[in-house]
Formats: sequence, C-alpha cells, structure tokens
Amino acid sequence: MQSVLGDYAPVLIFGALSVTIAAAMLGMALLSGHQKPYAEKTTAYECGFEAFDDARRRFDVRFYLVAILFIIFDLEVAFLFPWAVSLSRIGLFGFLSMLAFLSVLGIGFLYEWRKGALDWD
Amino acid sequence: MAQFFYHTLIGQIILMVLETLAVLVPLLIGVAYLTLMERKVMAAMQMRRGPNVNGLFGLLQAFADAIKMIFKETVIPSGANRALFLFAPFLTFSLAMLAWAVIPTGNGLAVANINVGILYLLAISSLGVYGMLIAGWASNSKYAFLGGLRSAAQMVSYEVSIGLVIVSVLLAVGSLNLNDIVLAQRHVWFCLPMFPMFIVFFISALAETNRAPFDLPEGESELVAGFFVEYSSLAFGLFFLGEYANMILMSAMVSILFLGGWLPPLGIAPFTWLPGPIWLIFKILFCLFVFIWVRATFPRYRYDQLMRLGWKVFLPFSLIWMIATAGFLMATGLLPQTGGIN
Repeated sequence: MQSVLGDYAPVLIFGALSVTIAAAMLGMALLSGHQKPYAEKTTAYECGFEAFDDARRRFDVRFYLVAILFIIFDLEVAFLFPWAVSLSRIGLFGFLSMLAFLSVLGIGFLYEWRKGALDWD
Repeated sequence: MAQFFYHTLIGQIILMVLETLAVLVPLLIGVAYLTLMERKVMAAMQMRRGPNVNGLFGLLQAFADAIKMIFKETVIPSGANRALFLFAPFLTFSLAMLAWAVIPTGNGLAVANINVGILYLLAISSLGVYGMLIAGWASNSKYAFLGGLRSAAQMVSYEVSIGLVIVSVLLAVGSLNLNDIVLAQRHVWFCLPMFPMFIVFFISALAETNRAPFDLPEGESELVAGFFVEYSSLAFGLFFLGEYANMILMSAMVSILFLGGWLPPLGIAPFTWLPGPIWLIFKILFCLFVFIWVRATFPRYRYDQLMRLGWKVFLPFSLIWMIATAGFLMATGLLPQTGGIN
C-alpha cells in the first residue's frame, strides 16, 4: 500500500502543478484582456447570420453507434492487456482461450459490418 | 543536503515539484517552438520563408504570439454555459501536460516510473475526448457542436487500433512499464519486426491528434475551426497548446514503443557518447518533422473515408496482426518471461 502511494505521489504532484499552470494561464488572460462584451459580439458565429435556434438539438445516430462500438472494442482491449503481459505463463491454453473470445467478438464485428453499422455514406 | 531531499517528507515533495517543473517548463517551451517549427518547415517545403521578423530567424515569434493572445478579449457567447465553456480548454491543456508524468527520458528517468505506464497514457489520452465534447457542447454553436461530435467519434475510432497496436508491442515486452518497453528494444527496435504496426500506430497518432490529413473536425472551409470556433484569447490558446503538446506526446509514444526510446541506434562507441535524453529528443523531433511533412503533403480525408479507414482497415488489420504476433511468439518460444509477481 505504502509503495503504491509512493509510486503515484509524483503523478499527483504533477497533476496539481499542471492544473495550477492551466488555471494561471486562463486567469491571466481573463484578468489582463480588455473585456467589452455586447450583444452582437456574443452571439454564436453562423457565417454572419443571426443564430437560427439553439445548437443543442438532435444529432446523427451514427455518432451514437460509433460510441457503442468503441465501448465494446475498448473493453476487448482491456481484456487483452493482462493476457498479453502474462502470455508466457498461461501457455497454449491461455492463447486458445483468448482466440475463442476474439472469434466471438469477430463474429459480432462481421455482423456489424454486414449490417452497415460501419458505413458513413 | 542529500539527506534532506531523500529522507524527509518535505524534502521529497520539494524534489518532486522540481522534477515536475524540469519536465513541464521545457515541454511548454517546446510546444511554443513547435508552432514555430511547423510554420518554418511548412514554409521551407513550399519554397518560402516562415516567420523571420521577430527576433533572430523569427525565434521570438512564438512568444509574440503568446503575449498577443494573453491581451485579447475572452469572448463568452451569450448562449454558452460559462463554467463549462472555460472548463473545456483548461481540461484539455492540463490533461495534455499530465500525460508527461510517466514518459521516461532515460533509464529509470521518469517523474513517475509507474508499473502500468502505458495504461496510464491510454487513459489520459482517452480523457482528452471530454475536453472536445464539452467545448463543442458548451459553445452552443452548430459548428462547434458538429466539430465536437466529429472529433470525439474520430478519436474514439482510432483509439481502438492504437490499443491493439499497444497490445502487440506488450506481447513482445511482457510488461506495462514504459521503462521495460524501451529496455526490451536493446537488441532490435520494434519498428523493424513490427513495421506494419509502426505505420498503423503512426497514422492513428495523426488521427488521434486531429492532424492533417485527418483534420476535418476543424476543417476550416466547412466547420471554420470545429469545436473551438467560439473561443478567443488564451482559452483558444490553451486548446492550441494542448493540441501541440499532444502531438509531442504522440511522437514520444511512437519513439518509446517503436523507435527504442532513449536507446542509441547501435550500442557501440560513437553512438553511446550522446546521453539518452538527447537520443529521445532526436527521435521525437524526427516524428514531429514527419507530422509536419505529412501535413504539407496530403489533402484532407472525407469523413466517411476516415471512418472506413479506422473501422474497416486499421481495426481488422491490427487485430489480425496482434493474433499473428502472439502466435509467432508462442510458436518460436520467444515470449518474454514474466517472473515473480510482476
């Protein structure tokens, strides 16, 4: 426990310092810049036209599909990491087990492909 | 004196802060000069001169840009969510810095030599997606929103193939520690036996950092600047710096995973005279040069082509190559032995 904390203490300090630097830069700009907002300046940029409506509206479902696929494949990568590191000790059985897992996933991937979930036309 | 730094808590904390600053300050200066390098190198490739007025050879250009940006007005659009609008650049920038905690610049010479270094890098670079999504959403502008969605989908798609490439490197290393990954390349750099994966990783790194030819989330002709259309002043600058810091980070990752990190090309006399960090810097500079070279050479991809490349080419290819690597290492008995509890 002590050693784990010891390993990650530099990361924490690194994080604290980088957050401080980012905040300092942002704060410096906010303080030293000459702020003079007015209605025309603060409207959203739409090539010179008035903004038609709110931008937070419906979006294409394909972005959602990509996000779902990412979750599945990222999970796959998460399973691969421990397997890759310890492959020398789990031998042929471990290798074949992972092959079985990957082929199940591969079938899913082929299904997505044939369904056209990966197409952006 | 050494007693104070190594054996008291305050001393250790001061030492860590100094180590951190020794990474962060050169990194920030490097980012500033990378913007200059990009303009200079692209100018040379287009047979013209880059910035050459401010200071000798234009060397003060980066600082002039920064000072100009500080004194600009930070415009916050009326429809924007103010807190999130300012939080997004802050997040992007601090994450780009934070990833550098684990990069080893010499044997054991990292601020934090943690055992799951490569996983940490993967996690931090995944978190970068939040900055873009939040910026795109909080601006309340249609361009920004679409740019944010596109960036997120693009980063997420290429992250999968990056993950698979990393797994196949790990197969040959047997450890998640970045130091071990470099040391495993003493005999041969992984860019030779895993040349296709090296290429896949490099191209995915281009896509991951929204660089040309995959820079269409910011496609200036259609989306004006993508998720940061509405940003000005140093809020814009933080995105800019974060993006360039990510470029350097990705170059460092390419160097560490495939180009032998701080190791010299050959372990014999004239090469070993240069210290390790210098070699790492040379390799990072080489990768950055290729980043800029690619930008000056190739036209932009279309979005459907980009997604097709990520999901239908890189993902199956890296998956099959990863299995082939594992099978080859199993069959030839070349798998690295992982001993003890590590």
